[in-house]
Amino acid sequence: MNFVTPEISWAPLAPIIIVLGAAAIGVLIEAFIRTPATRRSVQFVYSLIALVVALGVAIVQWVALEGGGTVVAQSMLTVDRQSLAWQTMLLVFGILGLILFASRTRAGESAFTPLGSTAPGSIEETVARRRGFEATEVFPLLLFAVGGMMLFTCVTDYVFLFVALEVFSLALYIMVALARRRRLMSQEAALKYFLLGAFSSALYLFGVALVYGATTQTSFVEVGRGIDAISGREPLLLAGVALVLVGLLFKIGAVPFHSWTPDAYQGAPTPVTAFMGAATKAAATAALVRIVYTSLYPLEWEMSWVFWAVAIASMALGTVLALVQTNIKRMLAYSSVAHAGFILVAFAGFTEEAIAALPFYLLAYGLATIGAFAVVSQVRERGEDGGVGAEAVRLGQWAGLGRRSPLLAGAMALFLLSFAGIPLTAGFIAKFEVFSAAVAGGGWPLVLIGVIASAVAAFFYVRLVVLMFLTDVPDGAEDAIEVEDGSLARLVIMVTAAAVLVLGILPSGVLDVYADAAQFLVLPNG
Amino acid sequence: MQSLIWLAIALPLASAAILLCLGRRADAWGHWAGVAASGGAFLVGAGALLEMLGKPAEERALDTTLYRFIPGGDLQVDVGLLADPLSITFVLLITFVGTLIHVYSVAYMEHDPDRRRFFAYLNLFVAAMLLLVLADSYLLLFVGWEGVGLASYLLIGFWNQRREYATAANKAFFVNRVGDIGLIIAMGLMFTYFGGLDFATVAESAPAATTAQLTAIGLMLLVAACGKSAQFPLQSWLGDAMAGPTPVSALIHAATMVTAGVYLIVRSAPVFNGAPDAQVVVAAVGAFTLLLGAFIGMAKDDIKKALAASTMSQIGYMMLAAGLGPIGYAFAIFHLVTHGFFKAGMFLGAGSVMHGMKDQVDMRRFGALRTAMVVTWVTFGLGWLAILGVPPFSGYFSKDKIIEAAFVGEGWQPWVFGGAALIGAGLTAFYMSRLFFMTFHGKARWTDDQHPHESPALMTVPMIILAVGSAFLGLFLAVGDRFTHWLEPVTGHAEHHEPVLPIPVIIAATLILVVLGAALAWFKYGRGDVPEEAPAASLATITARSDFFQDSVNRAVFQRPGQHLTRTLVYVDAAVVDGAVNKQARGWASLGEASRRLQNGQVRSYAATMLVGLVILAAVIVVGGL
Repeated sequence: MNFVTPEISWAPLAPIIIVLGAAAIGVLIEAFIRTPATRRSVQFVYSLIALVVALGVAIVQWVALEGGGTVVAQSMLTVDRQSLAWQTMLLVFGILGLILFASRTRAGESAFTPLGSTAPGSIEETVARRRGFEATEVFPLLLFAVGGMMLFTCVTDYVFLFVALEVFSLALYIMVALARRRRLMSQEAALKYFLLGAFSSALYLFGVALVYGATTQTSFVEVGRGIDAISGREPLLLAGVALVLVGLLFKIGAVPFHSWTPDAYQGAPTPVTAFMGAATKAAATAALVRIVYTSLYPLEWEMSWVFWAVAIASMALGTVLALVQTNIKRMLAYSSVAHAGFILVAFAGFTEEAIAALPFYLLAYGLATIGAFAVVSQVRERGEDGGVGAEAVRLGQWAGLGRRSPLLAGAMALFLLSFAGIPLTAGFIAKFEVFSAAVAGGGWPLVLIGVIASAVAAFFYVRLVVLMFLTDVPDGAEDAIEVEDGSLARLVIMVTAAAVLVLGILPSGVLDVYADAAQFLVLPNG
Repeated sequence: MQSLIWLAIALPLASAAILLCLGRRADAWGHWAGVAASGGAFLVGAGALLEMLGKPAEERALDTTLYRFIPGGDLQVDVGLLADPLSITFVLLITFVGTLIHVYSVAYMEHDPDRRRFFAYLNLFVAAMLLLVLADSYLLLFVGWEGVGLASYLLIGFWNQRREYATAANKAFFVNRVGDIGLIIAMGLMFTYFGGLDFATVAESAPAATTAQLTAIGLMLLVAACGKSAQFPLQSWLGDAMAGPTPVSALIHAATMVTAGVYLIVRSAPVFNGAPDAQVVVAAVGAFTLLLGAFIGMAKDDIKKALAASTMSQIGYMMLAAGLGPIGYAFAIFHLVTHGFFKAGMFLGAGSVMHGMKDQVDMRRFGALRTAMVVTWVTFGLGWLAILGVPPFSGYFSKDKIIEAAFVGEGWQPWVFGGAALIGAGLTAFYMSRLFFMTFHGKARWTDDQHPHESPALMTVPMIILAVGSAFLGLFLAVGDRFTHWLEPVTGHAEHHEPVLPIPVIIAATLILVVLGAALAWFKYGRGDVPEEAPAASLATITARSDFFQDSVNRAVFQRPGQHLTRTLVYVDAAVVDGAVNKQARGWASLGEASRRLQNGQVRSYAATMLVGLVILAAVIVVGGL
């Protein structure tokens, strides 16, 4: 076996290199700046600059890329407009998430534990908190996650996809464990997420091995050709394809690979939940689109069984389970499972419309998710000492929020209506696009189920709106709730609310961009 | 400027958003921002007018698609604006009168702690109204239609600390809902029959549609118009809407919003031209309402309610004209424009009187105000002469044309419609003169604490400008049929028809009736004493005072049965529908509870779920595809 030094054109990878490079340097900053407060502000500003610069570079590349795309690093990576569209979206989510990470309460507390290595409730933890320690490593971790996800969107090789997957997954596992409050739950969530994630990675790798066995290839395009060349049906190949899909469906959070979502969403620090909920789904969808359309397309008939079954199961189970939740974070988690189902509906028929509809759906969903969790992070219980306590996540605690802070509750209502797909919000256009792509592909039964699921889902979204605006607060309950006014979190809420509205009223500009991006997904079969 | 017409909507809309978002921080300058936004919109409209005048008549309409709201597929929804002579006429009326009323409100609302919010709503109204008239499709028109409804609701109930004002706002809102349903059904029918909702598609497909289809659409549009324009049988809200601050009554409930129904009918000319039966109904509703309004106006002692009744009656004239088809469209709009000036002017005058009389609205406590408020007296007087239709003031040119057009036709129609219009002119002269004389002439019947004084310049200057318009605008626009020709590209060229009576006879009859009406009012109210308390009255007067028992009728016919119906429905809903939903929800919930058991918190069972799922999927993909 002889190795050839791969020809790599670095320029198209600039946004990813900037983010990952900044993450590496961020780790060094951790080591060299000793004062926690200084380190925190340096890390925040530095990471923000890195993400904004990367976003700028990505946009410039989008404009410069007239047509087609650049194949970078042999067949490992392809940077085309499709990938850049997803990369910019991920960068936007990253920036919003980063700002949420830096948000603090009135008492100056961040959402993260002062020292992750201390046992919850131990003396060490108290000491660390008194000394004002800060878990500022979340900033480079966020950069690693964003960089890994960006890589995920342009990988065109099954083995390298695994590398990118692990880059962002590992960062996420750690961040989930770093909640400041309810630490045991946070650590439990992280461990579960890690174990199940490792399990799904193993399944994915096993699938890649089987696919390689059948086609002797690992690059998307070559595997596609290989599958084409196999006449007849090869059970091992099909089993491999199923395993590969499971790896990605796990990240999207589709039934029956969704079990981690409620626990991880609930346990993770809320800013992490916001970022993870929005970005992981987007990155996984991007990779799924590329695999399905550039590699597994010869197996359309077989795959459609998987997509239909998983989509129906996700929509039904996600909706039904969200109905019975009393915890707001868990409710949003199950709603995300239902949304995974809506995302998969778009794949019915594998139409080209779906390639354009999906980024819009993920953008609309991601913005509303970040906004909604940002609101969650602002509604707090009053602690025993009278200070600001943990988040008030029981639904009943949100009663009467509309009267106390109309803007916050109004924004939350907007996000919920967008989730429900009510017109004049981004969610409506997104659902409309996804469903019409599915109808174009002959998937009308799926769409029918989707519409029914949306109607049922509207019940629990609107229930919260009613709770916030129309329910009387029981006496005394008002004092038990403290509404934070962290200016950074407010900024995120305002920006996402405005974006959800604008995308709902003036969607055509963004839709055009994604329609354009869809043409430049390099389709091997033309 | 014509292609930038969207700015006219964007400016007041942005101003409204800013004023509402900034809250108290904008209190110091909010009202001037509101005036500036409205004035800016007027400048945009004026620029567009100049540009259009520079073009030949048939090239004046410009349809700009702003953006595509829902792209692709069978359902394409575009957001576009149509700037043609008709819509620009409205834009100028709305923004010109609107800006004057904004200026007036700066002084009128000076002592109100919520003046900024008032201006935000006023700006919101201007933006929505402009959207209504500039929309190039019924769908976008509907957005504006609902927007003005919302602004009207907010402004009628602006002083909602008073319970009856809040009730009045609700009443206006509910009655308008009935009309909105009409518009929604009309849109549904148009979408089914024509496959589109933009004016161009409708105009293209309407000639090919059957008369029955067009009649159905036309009648539904009429329901919508009746709701917005307070025409019989949906007129009951307008009188109560006077609960809003007087500038609101002037702008929304006299000059602009209430005329939206007339706009809708004229804009839907392609539909109505093919549905003669619907046209007759429109004209009949107009004729009936114009008499109904006049009778109510004769009995009211509340100056604003009397003016509101007069508005109803005048819009009846416009409806009547719009129902006459192509010969009436231009006159309907012509009267709408002149009415916008003189009625807004009179409302502002009434506001000025109230301002000087400590918010008194009972005309029996006015009298002899001509000496105390000279400017108000003169400006109101010009509006009075205009609405009477005394030559050469504005109303003469617009109303007389409608009366002449009403006498055109065959069979019973010209005699009924023409007769109604003619009698209406006499009644108008009586009740408007009654109002004018009771307020400004006769003996002073003020209460002890009232010391009438003239209003500040910020209020009188807009009144003077509107009075000048009331006096001369009609003459200016009527010379050489200037206005009719201007609208011709939209309303179509009307063949000249001979009325059933010679035109000089009609004019003479109208003027004689007007003089008689005014003279009668002078003898009854101008010269003699007016009792300070309303005297016991005949059954006819009581009927008119109570708005022809409209509320009682509504209560007996709609509200009571409606309450019984809703109670029954609530019961059915609770027992059957909710029962089913709850059972089903309980079913879903128990399903949820069952599935919850899978989510037991144990990683090993999660992993097992995944594994089972994987096996099923692998089986599906391997076996299922075979």
